[in-house]
Amino acid sequence: MASLTVEDFTTSEPSVDPYSSGRARRRRIHWGRGVVLVLGFAYFVVPLYAALDFALQNIQGGFSFSPLTQIAGQPGFGSAIWLSTELAVVTMALTMALMVPTTIYVHLRMPRFRRFMEVITVLPIVIPPIVLVIGVLQASPLWLKSTPYLLALVYVVLAMPFAYRSLDAGLGALDLKTLVEASRSLGASWIATIWRVLVPNLRTALVSASVLTLALVFGEFTVASLDNWTTLPVWIANSSTNNPHVATAVAMIALLATALVLTVIVSLDRSQSRRSRRS
Amino acid sequence: MLVETESETAKLKPAVGQPEGAPVVLEGLTRQFGSTRALDGFDLRIAPGEFVALLGPSGCGKTTALRALAGFERPDRGRVLVDGVDVSAIPAQRRDMGMVFQSYSLFPNMSARDNVAFGLQLRKQRASARRKRAEELLELVGLSEHVGKYPHQLSGGQQQRVALARALAIEPRVLLLDEPLSALDAKVRADLRDQIRDLQRRLAITTVFVTHDQEEALSMADRVCVMSKGRSEQIATPSELYSQPTTAFVAEFVGVSSRVNVTRSGDSVIVFGTPVKVRGGLASLGTGDLDALLRPEDVDVRVAHDGMGIVVHRSFLGGTTRLEVGIGGETVRADVMSSVADTFELGTRVDLSVNARDVLVTEQRPLI
Repeated sequence: MASLTVEDFTTSEPSVDPYSSGRARRRRIHWGRGVVLVLGFAYFVVPLYAALDFALQNIQGGFSFSPLTQIAGQPGFGSAIWLSTELAVVTMALTMALMVPTTIYVHLRMPRFRRFMEVITVLPIVIPPIVLVIGVLQASPLWLKSTPYLLALVYVVLAMPFAYRSLDAGLGALDLKTLVEASRSLGASWIATIWRVLVPNLRTALVSASVLTLALVFGEFTVASLDNWTTLPVWIANSSTNNPHVATAVAMIALLATALVLTVIVSLDRSQSRRSRRS
Repeated sequence: MLVETESETAKLKPAVGQPEGAPVVLEGLTRQFGSTRALDGFDLRIAPGEFVALLGPSGCGKTTALRALAGFERPDRGRVLVDGVDVSAIPAQRRDMGMVFQSYSLFPNMSARDNVAFGLQLRKQRASARRKRAEELLELVGLSEHVGKYPHQLSGGQQQRVALARALAIEPRVLLLDEPLSALDAKVRADLRDQIRDLQRRLAITTVFVTHDQEEALSMADRVCVMSKGRSEQIATPSELYSQPTTAFVAEFVGVSSRVNVTRSGDSVIVFGTPVKVRGGLASLGTGDLDALLRPEDVDVRVAHDGMGIVVHRSFLGGTTRLEVGIGGETVRADVMSSVADTFELGTRVDLSVNARDVLVTEQRPLI
């Protein structure tokens, strides 16, 4: 880092020979970029490597696959995975059912309201989850507190900024008013218009909204922990005190699984939309 | 302006085939947007199978009128009757009106065939039947080779033809065209214009066409409704509109007119020193100064060494040449045959006279 100076990024140095100095400058800039890239890469990879290294150790500190093979047998692991999956599905369904019609309505009927919506939908990010969950737990009725679905409702709120932003961008790219009017003049109800005309054309936006929601539910700790539900992140945190190697192995697998799901969904979307996207 | 009687409306049946379209009546439509009144008591009667163009400058209310008919705009006052039934309270999706939009409106995720079949699918037609019908309609608009293509693979003109086929697929009672040609280039526009007109005649479907292009309106429509400030100025056949404009707005918006200051003389007015009859009489006009509105072909030009006018500009239009003659501080446009245009050099002194039976006279525009 010490060798990196401002000059590495600037091109203001005067020179007699413009050609050779241009080349030298370019080389220096590339060199500067390379350093930033390596640093950035290290920043992400070193912790991952450390976690992986730790996950593949036995108690004595030697290399071993035993933490991986032990995962399935760990008490509570299966139910934690199941609960997180269930919450992810419910959260995604609720988020889409709420946000798709809302965003369409705002775009069509209240375009001036869009700026206001942007501010409102940022609130869940601005308000700390701890504040949010204490408020929710205080206010919600007992019958709801006794089910994990209260958690799904909180997640819907937390996922709103991502869902709204994705959908807002997707709708902005469509000639929404014309498509809606064309569909309705052909006899389609509002539901048919949304389901058969808008949703297929919002696929990319819906996919990114779902992926972000999924990632959120599988990573959220504060709310789940305070609401006393053992979701996957809570389970990892709990078992890291008893069996840190296994807990880290689970975290690594969760990370890989999320990355895999993301890749599959994004590549599926790309191959499908290649057929039908607007030029 | 409900001037036609029922019998007059009945006369306006299409020339070919039995009319299948529905009669449409717009009655006293009023629609206010904030401080702007887009429609101000707009009336229009359309006979079954008739092709009516709504023509006017932007902001005259023509699109609002069409959208009120389609059900996308709810008028504050007035009624929309289709086939004698008040449809004002019926939502757009149950009005059975095919619509073609100004911007490309095809569903990007569907092929041309699926776009056309969409309305049939909503009407629960069997897959094989709607597929066949969609292909027939695409053939009708000359796109049988493109049935499987997606909108982004089609040109603008092809997209609008698919949109037309899609609108016709549901066998609409009324076909609504909202400036469907304005996004296309000149050659495609002319072809599609003929195609739309031809199809409309063959299917005898009641059609309302919104445009700001007078050439389009005059060449396609059975009747043209010229609109201004949310009202209809005149509803007439294209030739009547051109030769017998009833208001100054129509005379100046449709075709070319020159304003000439005139003086009263009994029932007539004196134009270029000669009395000429006034269309519709002088009774409805105030006591202020008057202008006559003259078409270039209604003005005769004659070389005269002591003439009052001077040729100030000349433009060749093909068969005719348009002269601009300065006379008494005004400029009058007059057409002469191009074969004799050489006798009217710039600066030539000329005399003007009116060769029309009567002229449209209006109160003078206030000086701004």
